[in-house]
Amino acid sequence: MSIMNRHTFLEKHSGPLVAGILVVVSIGGLIEIAPLFYVENTIEEVEGVRPYTPLELAGRDIYIREACYSCHSQMIRPLRDEVERYGHYSLAAESMYDHPFQWGSKRTGPDLARVGGKYSDEWHRQHLANPRSLVPESIMPPYAFLENRVLEAEHIEAKMIANRRVGVPYTDEQIEAGVHDLMMQAGSPFVEDFSGFEERWPGVSIPDFSDNKQITEMEALIAYLQVLGTMVDFSTMPIETVADDSETVVAADTDPQQDG
Amino acid sequence: MDQHITPSTYRESGTDVPLLAFFLGIGAFFFFVVAAVTPENAMQIHAFMFLAAFCAGLYALLLQVQSGNWPDPSTYNTNVVKAGVVASSFWGVAGLLVGVIIAAQLAFPEALSWPNIPQLNFSRLRPVHTSAVIFAFGGNVLIATSFYVVQRTTKARLFGGTLPWFVFWGYNLFIVIAATGYLMGITQSKEYAEPEWYADLWLTVVWVCYLLVFLGTLWKRKEPHIYVANWFYLAFIVTIALLHVVNNLAVPVSMFESRSYSLFGGVQDALTQWWYGHNAVGFFLTAGFLAIMYYFIPKRVNRPVYSYRLSIVHFWSLIFIYIWAGPHHLHYTALPEWAQTLGMVFSIMLWMPSWGGMINGVMTLSGAWDKLRTDPVVRMMIVSLAFYGMSTFEGPLLSVRAVNSLSHYTEWGIGHVHSGALGWVGFISFGALYCLTQWVWKRERLYSLALVEWHFWISTLGIILYICAMWVAGITEGLQWRAYDELGFLQYSFVETVEAKHIPYIIRAFGGVLYLTGSLIMCFNLYQTAKGRVRQSELKASGTGAAPLPAAAPAE
Repeated sequence: MSIMNRHTFLEKHSGPLVAGILVVVSIGGLIEIAPLFYVENTIEEVEGVRPYTPLELAGRDIYIREACYSCHSQMIRPLRDEVERYGHYSLAAESMYDHPFQWGSKRTGPDLARVGGKYSDEWHRQHLANPRSLVPESIMPPYAFLENRVLEAEHIEAKMIANRRVGVPYTDEQIEAGVHDLMMQAGSPFVEDFSGFEERWPGVSIPDFSDNKQITEMEALIAYLQVLGTMVDFSTMPIETVADDSETVVAADTDPQQDG
Repeated sequence: MDQHITPSTYRESGTDVPLLAFFLGIGAFFFFVVAAVTPENAMQIHAFMFLAAFCAGLYALLLQVQSGNWPDPSTYNTNVVKAGVVASSFWGVAGLLVGVIIAAQLAFPEALSWPNIPQLNFSRLRPVHTSAVIFAFGGNVLIATSFYVVQRTTKARLFGGTLPWFVFWGYNLFIVIAATGYLMGITQSKEYAEPEWYADLWLTVVWVCYLLVFLGTLWKRKEPHIYVANWFYLAFIVTIALLHVVNNLAVPVSMFESRSYSLFGGVQDALTQWWYGHNAVGFFLTAGFLAIMYYFIPKRVNRPVYSYRLSIVHFWSLIFIYIWAGPHHLHYTALPEWAQTLGMVFSIMLWMPSWGGMINGVMTLSGAWDKLRTDPVVRMMIVSLAFYGMSTFEGPLLSVRAVNSLSHYTEWGIGHVHSGALGWVGFISFGALYCLTQWVWKRERLYSLALVEWHFWISTLGIILYICAMWVAGITEGLQWRAYDELGFLQYSFVETVEAKHIPYIIRAFGGVLYLTGSLIMCFNLYQTAKGRVRQSELKASGTGAAPLPAAAPAE
């Protein structure tokens, strides 16, 4: 065993040993991760995915702060039961602006990738404050304190800038009007200019009556939950047959919405 | 147990103290400024904690200089190992206790919820549990054992004078910052990489010093040969540094705010995270603890490692293959299928080196099988290898896409993790702590071997209850999620599948209580041993003392 004899060299020289370890442990990661950054069809091109509005981003920060990922995934797999339970399976494009991703690894509670629009804001408010008042068998902890905490809106612009630094395409106008747009989406009566919002955030609805004098963390979190999974309009997509074997993922790779 | 070794040419009489003091002073000033400027309450608390720790460090240095009591450079540094044993025991109990609490919260959510105390919610406590058991308990065990092993196998004192102490306290400061951060809502929400950017930077500094201490000790070794346990420690330290830095790349909102946004997003962030996450298992919880196996089992049973050749094959194949396995956490997700397939194939291949290592450890008992009967510490370590074998079989099984479609997102994953964590990592650590306490406090025997028996059996029962409950819960919910009624509709609403887990949740929490009880028994035993006490009834029964002393060096 000449290789075994040559191994003695490594056993007597710590420098080459460390170098050997570094080379050996680098190979796998390089081969698996690096291509994701330049293989074009890693992220499908779909219409509708946009960066989060300031209010949604603030809500997402609360989702992250409370570590909701501990119990909720945001990744619907292309399996028949999941698609029927939660909706169209998740696309890579739908989380392309998520820094960090929140796909999760555990479903102590249900998947939230498409929870947006499923329930009313009022339902979420009551459910977050006291989950068992709406779902008696639920084991979710209560988040009533979110209603008593005023959202720190001033910091949103710095957060949007930090997001832009990691690649989220916020425009200058969106960042400059960050605080304003946050308050507008939350229904604050203290904002005046209605004209620009629609241009900066096309398709994002604002409340009919602006009478919300104090924006709480609860509202930001609900705004985030309500946008989850709603950006891509799947009604225009041909529905694919989904079965629970590996062939389904092939279908996912040849997404009909690709236009590039 | 000869403490005396030949004098080295290295000066270790405090020449590094001014440098360390300078560094701590700069750090203290920096965090003073941060505390004054930051707009965030939580960040201010953390800045004050850093400040207090640095001032305490300066004060300790001052006391050291004043006393003029420099350790003899020709002896081993055992005090830092002792500190590591104490810290490991403390964090072990703390982490397990939080685990029991959150397990009880899932079983009895209404009784154990406080709507206006966010700090006590499951979601904030869960990372406290995982970080406390993995990084606080496991990390301290690894630092303590590696500092002990590298000195013994190189016949040299730890490199760097006070630097090993900096590594020890710096690492524990990181733990405190991380855990208090989760409670205050400071988290990146990346599993097992939750600490925010400034805690990550601090850990990077500490970790580089750790590598320096370890390598420095190797450089001044008096043995030409680097013992196999040190290869595993080296791979653990080097690879964790690589994983930690890459996965935590992030842009903070500002220098004075805790929040940051990770450099990668979406699918790239997902794979980077699980490349990190799975290899935290592979290199922190496996390679590091295999190093413990390669030193403590041969030493305790006084036999050489079973196969030298197998240990070489084991080492290189394990570290090469582990790195590839991350994508099995992302089966059927939006990760490209080629990456999922690569992850699955390598995960299945990983079964072989894992079992190769297990065989090498177990077969080290050749010619000393009676120790399984006579020494409960040996039995604990060998049973840890049995659990290692079981969970490294279950792992490849769960990485098969078809199996994973059922098991993913369910309690089966939690059960799998705990058969590895409680069975393998926990038991090999407990074995090492029993050995270390006896060796560094230079006791002829443990306070009580009967108490080790109690610890072993209570904890083993706890593990079995835990993992069986989680198998039942996980497979039940996995099947319920995909169950259809005769009309072709989904049979169960989600919350019905939650309800079905109530009894398994109670059994799991009870298993956790048993495991915690076992570790409390161990702490008592270790404390008495360190104090030099021996349980009277056992002393009489055994005559001179039953536990064998470590005599000859293992296959160094």
